[in-house]
Amino acid sequence: MLKINNLHASIEDKQILNGINLKVKPGEVHAIMGPNGSGKSTLASVLAGREDYEVTEGQADFQGEDLLEMSPEDRARAGVFLAFQYPVEIPGVSTINFMKTALNQVREFRGQETLDAVSFLTFMKEKMKLVEIDQSLLSRSLNEGFSGGEKKRNEIFQMAMLEPKLSILDETDSGLDIDALKIVANGVNKLKKKDNATIVVTHYQRLLDYIVPDYVHVLYNGRIVKSGTKELAQELEAKGYDWIKEEADATTA
Amino acid sequence: MSKDDQILEEFTSKEYEHGWTVDIDSDQAPKGLNEDIIRFISAKKEEPQWLLDWRLDAFRVWSKMQEPHWANVTFPSINYQDIIYYSAPKQKVQSKSLDEVDPELLETFKKLGISLEEQKRLTGVAVDAVIDSVSVATTFKDKLGELGIIFCSFSEAVKEHPELVKKYLGSVVPVSDNYYAALNSAVFSDGSFCYIPKGVRCPMELSTYFRINAANTGQFERTLIVAEDNSYVSYLEGCTAPMRDENQLHAAVVEIYVKADAEVKYSTVQNWYPGDKNGKGGIYNLVTKRGICAGNNAKLSWTQVETGSAVTWKYPSCILKGDNSSGEFYSVAVTNNYQQADTGTKMIHIGRNTKSRIVSKGVSAGYSQNSYRGQVYVMKRATGARNFSQCDSLLMGNKCGAHTFPYIDIENKSSMVEHEATTSKIGEDQIFYCTQRGIDEESAVALIVNGYCKEVLNQLPMEFAVEAQKLLALTLEGSVG
Ligand SMILES: Nc1ncnc2c1ncn2[C@@H]1O[C@H](COP(=O)(O)OP(=O)(O)OP(=O)(O)O)[C@@H](O)[C@H]1O
Ligand SMILES: [Mg+2]
Repeated sequence: MLKINNLHASIEDKQILNGINLKVKPGEVHAIMGPNGSGKSTLASVLAGREDYEVTEGQADFQGEDLLEMSPEDRARAGVFLAFQYPVEIPGVSTINFMKTALNQVREFRGQETLDAVSFLTFMKEKMKLVEIDQSLLSRSLNEGFSGGEKKRNEIFQMAMLEPKLSILDETDSGLDIDALKIVANGVNKLKKKDNATIVVTHYQRLLDYIVPDYVHVLYNGRIVKSGTKELAQELEAKGYDWIKEEADATTA
Repeated sequence: MSKDDQILEEFTSKEYEHGWTVDIDSDQAPKGLNEDIIRFISAKKEEPQWLLDWRLDAFRVWSKMQEPHWANVTFPSINYQDIIYYSAPKQKVQSKSLDEVDPELLETFKKLGISLEEQKRLTGVAVDAVIDSVSVATTFKDKLGELGIIFCSFSEAVKEHPELVKKYLGSVVPVSDNYYAALNSAVFSDGSFCYIPKGVRCPMELSTYFRINAANTGQFERTLIVAEDNSYVSYLEGCTAPMRDENQLHAAVVEIYVKADAEVKYSTVQNWYPGDKNGKGGIYNLVTKRGICAGNNAKLSWTQVETGSAVTWKYPSCILKGDNSSGEFYSVAVTNNYQQADTGTKMIHIGRNTKSRIVSKGVSAGYSQNSYRGQVYVMKRATGARNFSQCDSLLMGNKCGAHTFPYIDIENKSSMVEHEATTSKIGEDQIFYCTQRGIDEESAVALIVNGYCKEVLNQLPMEFAVEAQKLLALTLEGSVG
């Protein structure tokens, strides 16, 4: 589904990604961990098509297409979803309004019929249940005055609405209380299908108890320096990153 | 169903939709302006002597005045002798029902999406349609008539209700008020008249659609609204204009007289032709709108969505004379390409405990210039007066300009005046958030801008809100990327 090959990216002449290699197959869950500033969000942004970042080298192939050539909206329509680490506020635009615009553009692209207000509402109610989100929140201005946890839950609601093929969750667990974490993880699990994949960016093993990864990767200095299975996450939780950093620095030195 | 959903349903338009010309043979005056032309207009309209005298007097006042140049707009000087001051669509008989109306006119309305039949049947809005200065159809008259409400063309009011017209014409905007108001007073062609009797709540939104049609025809509408004690009316004005190259002058006057305990809401969606991408053509919209809260507890609210015109010069104002009276001004002004808008309001606090509220949202894109100009004047008598002003500007790109000129004059120490102003840019991160969800950039901008203007759009009646949202999207097309 997703093949990233030797991906390099920079922002304002600062090199951040230094050769990422990653393969994600349908049905898989990949966790990406790594110290602050290692480039996790950058990788997510580059995959989603944020224009501030310049790809200086490497390729990314999504379902047989050159992902890096596509506009951000076309990536989204083709099924790439990014749950933002820091979702922005859009005053005066309700989540409902926002999602209706988005969903219909996505559906049009996918050759599906656009939804009228009634069928949209029915569809929305279904997805609301999945992530146990309240309609009153969805009627408010998007992310404006939302608590940290509400923002994250709203991201997962949007993911449920857009039915992506590849979901990238950037620290969706941070700011969530235990109950919310379970609800969000539960939502993600329910949305899991044979033909879609998830990349979970997180700092905490805790989330991975609920969303069980097939692979765990450690990002450091813009490179994946270690990959393993879910046990790796437990090891990181216990030992921290120092041993990984040392290992990595030793090989690059 | 929520309002959002319905609005979204309508959210589809592209390109400037109203660009065409309908061929209706004009019955027009020769170019130029002098006393004979004014006599011609007055005679054409079979006006009484007092009105002709009033016009001539206005013309003499105007002749001595200078064109004002203080606004933050520049445009080639207008040759007032090169304008046709009267033009009427040919109509053999005054039509009683839509079947009798010129089918070509009806076609025009259909293109505008405001077919009278539909309006009548579906929305229950009484429409006084003005094409090229002369009213051609008025509906719902009977129903309104039962309540004693008068809603008709200005010319008709002159014939049927001369005592009312004579009493209130020029009472809020005197002939000598300003250059364009004086010009309008001399040559106004037609417009609307609305009278709400004491204690009557007008059960429907009253609306007027204006449209410029014949080439080179200046438009000089005159609107007069009188709300007697304890009455209520919501009045809608909307307009679209066909594309053309020559600049066209539009100098309307709207006067509103609000008596004790009465309330008038006046909403406008303005979409005159703004000129092309290079700033060629477009309408000069130089309008005087003013209302007076003459009695105690009177309320007047202006809401405007300004997306069109090459040049806009417009300051809907409230004279708060009655004690406890209140005035509101909600405005969205969007400019793109080479459009120039200088708009705002005046709140003149005369009575005690008068209140005013100003919410202005300016959105500038392209090479446009967008100015808010507002005055809050608290007079000596106005003990306990309150004003709140919020002026926000949103910039798209870095070639446009946003300016704020707030004037505050306070002569009474017990008053409280607050002014807040912000300037912001549409965030790249906001646009990216939208595109990441599959929304194209243009729609993203429209969505963000509509959200930004929400507080004002919320003031509009539903069908107008929908139209306004479309217009915002339309106006900002091509302003990103
Ligand atoms: N616009 C920018 N200009 C300059 N540097 C930037 C910019 N955006 C990101 N960076 C830098 O790129 C590096 C990687 O940032 P990124 O957000 O990808 O880290 P992260 O792994 O997601 O960290 P965290 O765990 O804290 O979320 C950081 O050093 C950051 O300061
Ligand atoms: Mg991050």
